Amino acid sequence: MDIRPILFTLRKHKLTCCLLVLQIAFTCAIVCNTIFLIGQRLDRIHIPSGIAERELVYVELSNIGGRTDGMARAAQDMAALRQIPGVTVVTLPNEMPFDNGSNNMDVRTDPNQRVATLDATQYFGENLVKTFGVQLVEGRDLLPEEYVDLTDVFTMLANKQYDKLPHSTLITRDMAERLWPGQDPLGKQFYVGPGMPFTVVGVMANLIRPGRDRMSNGAGYSSVWPVRLTLEQGDGYILRCAPEDRDRVLKAALEKLRANDPNRIVTAKGTMEEHRHEFFQNDRAMAGILVGVCIALLVVTALGIVGLASFWVAQRNRSIGVRRALGATRGNILRYFQTENFLLTSMGIGLGMVLAYGINLFLIVHYELPRMPALYFPVGALILWTIGQVAVLGPALRAAAVPPVVATRSV
Amino acid sequence: MLGYYVDLAVRSLKRSPGLTALMILAIAFGVAASMTSYSVFRAVSGDPIPWKSAHLYVPQIDMWGQKGHRDGSSNNDPPDAMDYLDAIALMRDHRAKYQSAMYAISPSIVPPDASKHPINVGGHAVYSEFFPMTDAPFKYGSGWSSAEDTQRAAVVVLNGEINQKLFGGGNSVGKTVNIDGKDYRVVGVLDNWSPKPVFFDVVNTGGFTTGHEDVFIPFLRAIDIGMPNNGNTNCSEIPKSSGFVGLQQSTCVWISFMVELDDKAAAAAYREYLDGYARDQKQAGRFSWAPNNRLRDLHEWLDSEHVVPSDTQISLVVALGLLVVCLVNTAGLLLAKFLRRSSEIGVRRALGAPRMAIYTQFLIEAAIVGLTGGVLGLLLTWIGIHSVSWVLPKEIASLARLDIGLLLLTLLVAVVATMLAGLYPTFRASRVQPALQLKSN
Repeated sequence: MDIRPILFTLRKHKLTCCLLVLQIAFTCAIVCNTIFLIGQRLDRIHIPSGIAERELVYVELSNIGGRTDGMARAAQDMAALRQIPGVTVVTLPNEMPFDNGSNNMDVRTDPNQRVATLDATQYFGENLVKTFGVQLVEGRDLLPEEYVDLTDVFTMLANKQYDKLPHSTLITRDMAERLWPGQDPLGKQFYVGPGMPFTVVGVMANLIRPGRDRMSNGAGYSSVWPVRLTLEQGDGYILRCAPEDRDRVLKAALEKLRANDPNRIVTAKGTMEEHRHEFFQNDRAMAGILVGVCIALLVVTALGIVGLASFWVAQRNRSIGVRRALGATRGNILRYFQTENFLLTSMGIGLGMVLAYGINLFLIVHYELPRMPALYFPVGALILWTIGQVAVLGPALRAAAVPPVVATRSV
Repeated sequence: MLGYYVDLAVRSLKRSPGLTALMILAIAFGVAASMTSYSVFRAVSGDPIPWKSAHLYVPQIDMWGQKGHRDGSSNNDPPDAMDYLDAIALMRDHRAKYQSAMYAISPSIVPPDASKHPINVGGHAVYSEFFPMTDAPFKYGSGWSSAEDTQRAAVVVLNGEINQKLFGGGNSVGKTVNIDGKDYRVVGVLDNWSPKPVFFDVVNTGGFTTGHEDVFIPFLRAIDIGMPNNGNTNCSEIPKSSGFVGLQQSTCVWISFMVELDDKAAAAAYREYLDGYARDQKQAGRFSWAPNNRLRDLHEWLDSEHVVPSDTQISLVVALGLLVVCLVNTAGLLLAKFLRRSSEIGVRRALGAPRMAIYTQFLIEAAIVGLTGGVLGLLLTWIGIHSVSWVLPKEIASLARLDIGLLLLTLLVAVVATMLAGLYPTFRASRVQPALQLKSN
């Protein structure tokens, strides 16, 4: 199809065309970036945790006043919780995945290294690997005889008895790969604090770290240590059971804990799935808002195209009639308007790509967002072309329906 | 004359109802989306204490030195909270008009009625000057005295909600509350005070939390009885001894600090004092680095702590983009519509209408579109703000409200934007040569 007559016509409506192109360009730029932002949220929401999320329930408690026999009381609580039918294993960790607070350390591969290689979270707690259902890919789990009480750890640190500290630790594959790329991490040592060496005895497939603010540093940089806690030092009890038993187990756990000591307050309870859901609430909300804005934007642009196209069709009623009278088929007229729209949309998309890149740069500079992958550009273009063609179809069909006889009227 | 123009405009709009509806819808959409985002944005970034925020400052002292700073933090900023030693030293020196160290606590309250369960509450351990500094509104009583600070008196200021729970909302000043097993005398009751963001302790609350500020007790007393810190603790090295006492002797940071300074001169003097303090510490051998302090006013502080979620800012940018697209859209449609009416303008001009009259007529038509779009947009904004609570977390959504100011702004934006959009077409239309138009018919 010859596009020269179309271009010639469009030149008669310079400003209107410019506005339409501008609108399409803006829409294209914003849609590209919005889809990118939505994708980022979804990636974050669906991040794999490496734990048996569907099999965990938790209870967080708070004591009234201080207690001295913390260790014995925690052991008593856990023994009671283990007796609940359906519960396979129980732990009292210092932190949970999808918590907002977190316990972290700087890790060096050389004690004299000035800048730490990475920072990773530290999980403490007996039976933590088994309870969380974390998969060990290499080495072994921590042994019961390796465990020490956190209170003793503090004493050892205070007295500088670093050699008495437990030396074994488990790390994730992500962390191992970052510390010693391409090497076998088993038996390797890393250094924490004032050059204290620790040995990797096992490698976990994956274990997500808590803390929204820390996730960008490496969501899978986690380590597990042979340290036992009291309830005050810990985050709360985590119980593992079959997914269908969770409600019953949670109820039973609350009863057992109340029976052990009625003077405690349950500060939080629920399943790990709920905990994860809550953690990503913000991201889901943001994705929702962005999808809403995106749809509104496309609808408005589509309506704008419909409006202008209808307008032009009405305006050119007579010339369409003349063309029909001179032998143009309905198809010719239809294609004329479709091509016209395609041209305008393409111009808009061209300009929009430049704008999209600009907006992305702006977001990179101001909001520390990553660069948008090139894939998003053709996606945006495709959406705009489709919207344009769909929007123009109605007015174009109406134009095609103009009978040739119109040419003879109104003169 | 105005009535006549309005009549003309309505007739013209009625002639192409589809196009008119499109323009109105586009404006309504754009206005609603951007206004909804704006109200959320304003709710989050709103100044919690506008009359005073320029006088409130947060000092930061570098007690960690270069080695303690997180690798990759480019600006060499000192820690954003304080350790116990320095906080106490600053309190002792007492160089600002008002100052208070504070930390988050989460004690349990045992209700006087034995049949009721103990409740877990949130709050802060603060100094007496905290109350005049933050202008906390008292319903009954007042804060405690500075003498009671040093006496480590067992006194408490309750917030409205917990007072409602414990004492049915009555004047409870002088009554006793059992906190963590010890009796405290109520000296004041606040009037449901919950500033958003929680400006006095951003470090521990992130600015927004669903947690409540239920109780305030004297700082030194909380330290004395070992009431644990319920907020964040950051350490550059492991504390030398364990527990809460070990924390107090360490360089771990866990205390928020705020001062009130009357003017720029006072702020400069305080900055001088901080540097002097750091130099003294260096001489004493505690620090081995040059003074590296900050004294940010409340605005700079909230900004440096990223209290406004970047999500909200991005959504505002996106929504503004939507408004722009809608306005461009309307401008295009208005242009097409107005330019088509050259012959009508030709007739009116030939009959003696001055350019001004044409301008008035067409701008009124544009304004009617804008106003209708604005009113519809207002309706959509109302729906939008109500549905925000469906998607946004409670603590932020509850802040997003449609108020009168926003309402007027919405209408104004719609009308002004459409009139601007209608200006060029009107300019073009009024330039039409009457003779030319008449001839062509």
